[in-house]
Amino acid sequence: MASEVIMPKVDMDMATGKISKWFFSEGDQVKKGDVLFEIETDKAAMEIDAQADGTLRNVTGREGIDIPVGSPVAWIVAAGEDVPDAAAPPPAEAKAEPAAAPVDAAPVAPVVSKADSAGGAVRATPLARRLARDKGLDLAGLSGSGPHGRIVGADVLAAGAAPAAACAARSAPAPAVPAPGPDAALKHFPDDSYTLQAHTGMRRTIARRLVEAKSTVPHFYLTADCRLDALLTLRTELNAAAPSVDGAPAYKLSVNDMVIKAYALALTATPDANVSWTEEQLVRHRFVDVGVAVSVPGGLITPIIRHSQAKSLSAISNEMKDLAARARAGKLKPEEYQGGTGAVSNLGMFGVREFAAIINPPHATILAVGAGERRPVVLQDGSIAAATVMSVTLSTDHRAVDGALGAELIGRFRAFIENPMSMLV
Amino acid sequence: MNAVPRELSYSQAIQEAMALAMEADERVILMGEDIGVYGGAFQVTGDLIERFGPDRVMDTPISELGGAGVAVGAAVTGLRPIFEFQFSDFAALAMEQIVNQAAKMRYMLGGAVSVPVVMRFPAGSGTGAAAQHSQSIEAWLGHVPGLKVIQPATPYDVKGMLLAAVADPDPVMIFEHKLLYKMKGPVPEGYYTVPLNKAEVRREGGDVTIVATSIMVHKALEAAEKLAEEGISVEVVDLRSIRPIDRETVIASVKKTSRLICVYEGVKTLGIGAEISAMIAESEAFDYLDAPIVRLGGSETPIPYNPELEKAAVPQMPDILAAARDLVRGVR
Repeated sequence: MASEVIMPKVDMDMATGKISKWFFSEGDQVKKGDVLFEIETDKAAMEIDAQADGTLRNVTGREGIDIPVGSPVAWIVAAGEDVPDAAAPPPAEAKAEPAAAPVDAAPVAPVVSKADSAGGAVRATPLARRLARDKGLDLAGLSGSGPHGRIVGADVLAAGAAPAAACAARSAPAPAVPAPGPDAALKHFPDDSYTLQAHTGMRRTIARRLVEAKSTVPHFYLTADCRLDALLTLRTELNAAAPSVDGAPAYKLSVNDMVIKAYALALTATPDANVSWTEEQLVRHRFVDVGVAVSVPGGLITPIIRHSQAKSLSAISNEMKDLAARARAGKLKPEEYQGGTGAVSNLGMFGVREFAAIINPPHATILAVGAGERRPVVLQDGSIAAATVMSVTLSTDHRAVDGALGAELIGRFRAFIENPMSMLV
Repeated sequence: MNAVPRELSYSQAIQEAMALAMEADERVILMGEDIGVYGGAFQVTGDLIERFGPDRVMDTPISELGGAGVAVGAAVTGLRPIFEFQFSDFAALAMEQIVNQAAKMRYMLGGAVSVPVVMRFPAGSGTGAAAQHSQSIEAWLGHVPGLKVIQPATPYDVKGMLLAAVADPDPVMIFEHKLLYKMKGPVPEGYYTVPLNKAEVRREGGDVTIVATSIMVHKALEAAEKLAEEGISVEVVDLRSIRPIDRETVIASVKKTSRLICVYEGVKTLGIGAEISAMIAESEAFDYLDAPIVRLGGSETPIPYNPELEKAAVPQMPDILAAARDLVRGVR
């Protein structure tokens, strides 16, 4: 039996996906389980398998355009079978780049397309048909914003109001990015002084989430300096003691691995700060899942070390290496970067002395870690000596975590960093 | 000067309705297993045996078929019995009396008799009572001409509908969700009735209609509250009666919102949602639909004993949230 290949929904919030690469073309034989194509969602790339054996036919899902979830992109047919009628999946955006309407800025993607007219029938809801009949409009001339290009009531109403505007986005609670339109910004620059680069899905998601976080989460910041000498010594000793597996050391701890562990332990010791804010209630997490910001080409993503309070340094280190490598390759699964109870962002390797990070909801805290650098410190007896010092800044959601509680958390973090042996017991 | 409305639990409201009916009319009697000294499997009859005596609050033997048969016979001979099943699931044992006798007698005897019996069915899952004590079988009886089948969702409604049921000349089946028994709400003192054929719009909205029954009404209202924060305006219709269904209210609501979700705890297939969906598709509301109709019903499984699986087997508030979002945002 012919089976329809559709744009799958691989993520809760996913409205559209973009095919970044087809691995087969029209007429190829495919087997169940073969990777048919790769899609780029808002956050990650995923490989989509064939769900049946047969010949790939009617490959209509083009690479590089946003395709609404659920739209057909190809068919797999058995020998001797006809290809069912199928139209090209509607692109999610009709406008040329740069898109005026950020697709994922609003929950309602203004999906615009010519209505699917397979077999001459126009796909439209009963309401759309009735409105069109009342207004004397021809549905065939309208574009549909519903799934599969289905014409819905709003499309007809919009067409009736202004024939030029074939699509009206339904009223939606848009957490809109309050940015001026591209045209407004462009007029400040001479025409030949720039090139335009379309936003990727990830870029838009980052933009949307950060505007949301920075404008709706009341942040405050706490900075502390941590003496790093003991930790660096311990790290050297631990790495030197790593057993050898196939000629390579079983682990190689970085300072960041120890920072993750210290933060996890600090959150464990400060359960009131291991929380998430929701409008109805405070979510008190039973486990500590630390998100770690990882820079990837074109953006950043925050994979999560689950139950990091219970993991050894070497386990955290190896898991982090794996997550970071797969994050850079765009291969993380949604459950590997969604959720988390707190986060760490480290720019120390770039020589940044200190900075304040934006909270990534549903986390209530994020720890921004600067470089360990040699600084003069005043000792107990008043003399001045050189020491390695790392400045960290805790950003806190004040709705969920108050100042004193944040201070407790960062104090405990510093205690673990400055007495690193306590992380091992 | 308004008095603070008096609050009663759902089970207290039932007990009060039964007491009022018995005071007002000597023909009203209560029957059922353990409803006398023990006060009922869910303590709904309470101490009514002390107030009205064992002749009017009768413990029946452990035979649903026998008990229901006696109740139907008593109704035919002029009494107005209220028969309690300990669990609605046990209706299966009494199907002959309910379906072949109570429902058909008036018709088969050319109107010479009527069967003014009321049967009460503690129903639904959520108590860890496993597969044989947790079903939502109202659709079984809703399929039978001659019966009225109601599912009050609030203490106010259960009192008023039970009193209306006692006054009704024909058999009325009341499904009482077990998780509602402890739920409190305003209940006026004294006698009043709530019609047995009217749905109630519990919340007005413009984007999507949720038609819900019994405990799902409360889950739908909770979902509506959350959806309102997202800018999705939900109209919640409490069906209250599944036989007859209040076509007018449901159709008017769907014409207003153009989108419909049916939420019910009974098994989805061939259930109440199927009836409502078909009713809308057959009605003038068809021309107002702007999206496919969505049914959220119980899974294709007996209700599991494991509490997590038990929850997963019937629609929960987040399922309603997700369905409404998908529908209104045009994903479905």
